[in-house]
Amino acid sequence: MSAPEKTPTAPHPEQGPGHAMGERPAPLAVVGSQVDQEEELFGRAFDPWVVKRFLEYLRPYRRRIALGVAAVLTFTATQLSIPLIVRAAIDHALAEGAGDLDLLQLFVGVFVGVVALNYAANHLMEATVSRTAQNLLFDLRRAMYAHLQVVSLSFMDKTEVGRLMSRLQGDVYALQEFLESSIFAIGDLVLLFGIVAVVLSLDTVLGGLTLSVVPLLLLVRIVWLPLARKAFMAAREASSAVNGALAENVHGIRAIQELGREEVNFRLFDAKARTNLNAHLLASKFTNVMIPIVDTLTGSAMAIVVVAGGSMVLSDRLDIGVMVAFLFYVQRFFDPIRSLTLQYSIMQRAMAAGQRIFEVTDVEIEVKDAPDAEDPAGIDGAVEFRNVTFGYVPGHPVLHDVSFKVAPGETVALVGPTGSGKTSTTALVHRFYDVWDGQVLVGGRDVRAVTQASLGRHIAMVLQEPFLFSDTVEANIRYAHVAATRADVEAAAKAVGAHDFILKLPQGYDTMLEQRGANLSLGQRQLISFARALVADARILVLDEATANVDSYTELEIQRALARLLQGRTALVIAHRLATIRGADRIIVLQDGRKIEEGRHDALVAAGGLYARLYRMNYASFDDIPDEEIAKATRGEGAT
Amino acid sequence: MSGSQQHSRRVDTQVDAQYGIDVSRLDAAVLWRITAMAFRHRLRMAVAVVATLCAGGFQLLVPQYLGRAVDQARGLLAGAAAGEVARSAAEDALLTTALLLLGAAIARGSFTMLQNYQGEAVGQLIGYRLRLDYYRKLQSLSLSWHDRVHTGDLMTRGILDIEGVRLWVDTGVLRSILLTVLIGGGAVVLLRNDPVLALAALSFVPIVGIRASIARLKLRDTWIALQDQMSLLTKVMEENLGGIRVVRAFAAQAHELARYDAISDTALAIASRRVRLFVLSTTQMTFVYFLAMALTLWVGGTKVVAGEVTLGQLAEALAFMLILQMPVRQIGWMINSIARASTCGGRLFNVLDLEPSISDAPDARPLQVTDGVLRFENVGFRYPAAARDDRILEDVSFEARPGKMIGIVGPPGSGKTTIAQLVGRFYDVAEGRITLDGQDIRGVTLKSLRAAVSIVPQEPFLFTASIGHNVAYGDPWAGRTDIEKSAQMAQLHSYIKGLPQAYQTLVGERGVSLSGGQRQRLSIARAVLPDAKVLVFDDSTAAVDAATERRIREALREFTRDRAVIVIAHRLSSLMHADEILFLEGGRIVERGSHDALMQQGGRYAQLYELQARSVAGEGAGEGSR
Repeated sequence: MSAPEKTPTAPHPEQGPGHAMGERPAPLAVVGSQVDQEEELFGRAFDPWVVKRFLEYLRPYRRRIALGVAAVLTFTATQLSIPLIVRAAIDHALAEGAGDLDLLQLFVGVFVGVVALNYAANHLMEATVSRTAQNLLFDLRRAMYAHLQVVSLSFMDKTEVGRLMSRLQGDVYALQEFLESSIFAIGDLVLLFGIVAVVLSLDTVLGGLTLSVVPLLLLVRIVWLPLARKAFMAAREASSAVNGALAENVHGIRAIQELGREEVNFRLFDAKARTNLNAHLLASKFTNVMIPIVDTLTGSAMAIVVVAGGSMVLSDRLDIGVMVAFLFYVQRFFDPIRSLTLQYSIMQRAMAAGQRIFEVTDVEIEVKDAPDAEDPAGIDGAVEFRNVTFGYVPGHPVLHDVSFKVAPGETVALVGPTGSGKTSTTALVHRFYDVWDGQVLVGGRDVRAVTQASLGRHIAMVLQEPFLFSDTVEANIRYAHVAATRADVEAAAKAVGAHDFILKLPQGYDTMLEQRGANLSLGQRQLISFARALVADARILVLDEATANVDSYTELEIQRALARLLQGRTALVIAHRLATIRGADRIIVLQDGRKIEEGRHDALVAAGGLYARLYRMNYASFDDIPDEEIAKATRGEGAT
Repeated sequence: MSGSQQHSRRVDTQVDAQYGIDVSRLDAAVLWRITAMAFRHRLRMAVAVVATLCAGGFQLLVPQYLGRAVDQARGLLAGAAAGEVARSAAEDALLTTALLLLGAAIARGSFTMLQNYQGEAVGQLIGYRLRLDYYRKLQSLSLSWHDRVHTGDLMTRGILDIEGVRLWVDTGVLRSILLTVLIGGGAVVLLRNDPVLALAALSFVPIVGIRASIARLKLRDTWIALQDQMSLLTKVMEENLGGIRVVRAFAAQAHELARYDAISDTALAIASRRVRLFVLSTTQMTFVYFLAMALTLWVGGTKVVAGEVTLGQLAEALAFMLILQMPVRQIGWMINSIARASTCGGRLFNVLDLEPSISDAPDARPLQVTDGVLRFENVGFRYPAAARDDRILEDVSFEARPGKMIGIVGPPGSGKTTIAQLVGRFYDVAEGRITLDGQDIRGVTLKSLRAAVSIVPQEPFLFTASIGHNVAYGDPWAGRTDIEKSAQMAQLHSYIKGLPQAYQTLVGERGVSLSGGQRQRLSIARAVLPDAKVLVFDDSTAAVDAATERRIREALREFTRDRAVIVIAHRLSSLMHADEILFLEGGRIVERGSHDALMQQGGRYAQLYELQARSVAGEGAGEGSR
């Protein structure tokens, strides 16, 4: 799907300065997200694979569904029979002269009975169908969510959260809608055929005449539907474009005001809003044009009944009650036809949605506990890589034959330029991925021989970007160890120097962190994530040091907290700060996935290798060094 | 914005963060205001109202013709019992009725189409207008207001609330008219035929109407509860997926699933309650309706037997019930739309009626930039709602001249960032004044002021557009060479050139994700592109490493030769070269002077320098060796 409109923009400088000098050219400006919507909204109307997978989820509810179908059929039957009762009452109790009050009361009694049945069936139908659809929706979402908890990180790495969310929400709703409507569609179908059958059996000739309008309506709908759908989709896209632009105006207001973009943006937004207006007006035309068509056809059918039926009544070939019943039925023709044609779009949408949902639930779990995986209670904290080769894309290893040992209690700093394999190395310790070749050992055991849960207990991780949840401060610190007491939490916070600022928060430890701690500074978030790792009290610590600079006061606190955190643990640190690197017991230098140097800071500087050259270049972090400088350093012509 | 009216003008600084959620359900003033907006589209509304009246009128004809047809078919209206002449007269009469019926149906359909279309068109036009007004209002409201409100809340207003207001014309105004015509007209026709039969046929109207209204409002409550729960669930899922590495790192999957289940189960319970409510109300309404039909058949049948009404009149009563069924069920829907329009409109107008606290003075003139000298004269500042002695800045004076650089440093919370905000007049000073080339910045237009000063913020906001668009954000008419030159100054050009689509590469989820340092560099490129006379760097190189920062500084040297530069930073190497350094503490300038002078003084600045030199010893050493 292409973006709805690209009018006022010349996307990039490549086309920029070519514009004429005279009149003011269109600005190089857009509002709203420029990312195209990728996902298909409609699929095939029927996809056996999707249906099959869908049925698996329906299995637990099959009795309820059977009940629902029965209820739908009963409901339809009662609806169908009401005009017949009226007809019987008219012809047998009220027809000329034959006024029979007893008989009338009998028919009214039957009527009431049918109405009661209708009520029961209706109740049962709505209850079973809607409730099942509701349950199914929650089941599907949970299945997907639970699966996402265990699929390999390599899947999560390449899939955006936004996309997963749209599957967990939009796609699931599409399936719910499908389920709800499809059972009612059965009812509609039965009703349609029922009306045809009843009408024809009441009087074949009159029935045939009256029904002659039905194919006409079907024809009109078939022509109308694809056109209308296009208009509806255009309206939907225009809406989301407008809302996207509004969102940008809300989130980027600071930049907009600072850079004085109000006027330009407003004009662009106006264009988008106008497109939206026109798209909706067009869609409305499509919706409303059906009304006179349907009314004309209904009117024709009624006229046919009046003229043909009336004259048949006059010549005594038709009971007057039948004519009345016909007039009732005519009013009911069109509803089922309308909803049945809409059903087609719903099915298409559901199939596309189902495809995407089951794609997620079918993602293979690559990292699984072995059947005989151990769950060791305590380990000694040693970490060892034995000839490890690993990568994310087949044929492109990011680690080549890496071997090293970290003794219990030792702190080892991993350094190296961006893309050297530091993050992959730490991820392998926790077995986020499986190695291609070689072995990773934690506490002397191959990580594949123990449960993932035990790895989680023995290894604590601190990520570069401190990720907090929108929960209380206490819950965030306790996250790694749910059973920790308030005292444990406070002790950890005190140890890393977070206690004081936490107490200054409005509700102290019970303060809710809005939007993942946006109300805290970066340094404070880091301290909380340190406290979280401390509460975990694991033998092994894997830490990815933050690169962003914070002010010197906070920096000092963080260094102090870090020292406290490292105490008495085996630590593998992706280090960026010189202070941290120099404080490590040992440094491992990685480049292009290979270990190229190893040793203490002074020794490495003295050795005059890559580390020494990079060190002398005096970058705050090795990640920031431009590629050309690294290339120079590697060739040995680094800064002097 | 005409300055000084006395009537209750609400300025955005006076409204606290929890503003105006408590709009009562039915606020007549709000509804009136929306209706007035609708009637601004006079012609369309006139057409819509007339069409509604006609559609209702023609629809009322249908049951009457049906009843007449039944009687005609029975030969009652033709008069005599049988006979060829009477028969053909009866057939002619039937034909006439049939044609009238067809005509009424076509007319009803056409007028309904017109009513619906014009109703929706007016709604859409109102929506369009509101959308623009809302957008513009958000642009003009001050940053202090934006800081206090939730972005999600603003989005809800801009999407759902506009929707709620928009639907008012169609579902509120026009449908009420239609329903009044149908029920009123139907009652008149039926009552004229036979009052008792009429009462039987209409007996379901009040019951279903009231039931529908109550159910709607209850459903609405459960709907809101469900929405709350679902947005909680969304938050949990989003954070879990976004923080999946943390979840995995601490093996917290079970804990996370339990958290999810707790919320999900509550949501399911509410959803089920909602289904139950819905089922109960709809089935009951159908039940009452059909019972009324049975009653009509009984009462009417008895009367037919007694000869009080004709069979046709009974059929007419039944046909009336048929056409009234849907509109009566929609009463609940209408009540809901009234409540919704009132709430939504209230929330929307709350924002639209705010006056921005920062806006052009009535006699504001464009800034006349001559030299580009910025002066702070005894500036004091406190946040608008804060207490008197809650000062952020006090008695701050300095002068920034072209070609000169002012450095501002100080502990967190000392008021550094506030100075940057004041230069762009995102807030107004409480005491003293700020001038640019001798003109008080409150006396010039905001547009001209903000074009003359460029602020590089602490946390840059990148737009989901190409890198080129992002660099050119402040000057969308800039040429390609200028854009590239800016990127070069910010030391970003070679990186951008290396991207697959160079300047056309998208920023954000589907495009490249830039590191903190790259984002800041982009923001610098963005700030130097427009030709601003005063540049303020608000801690805008914190994530840029020292060596790159030095190269940026060198690249900017030529550019800043005729511009005033203010650098706010906590890393001293960023500003030690400044012509004058201000050390802020508690909102006051406690030390000022050049680096050397301040070092000699041995005060706060010198202490900070020592502190930093110790923690980044290596960096300092390297600096010297180059």
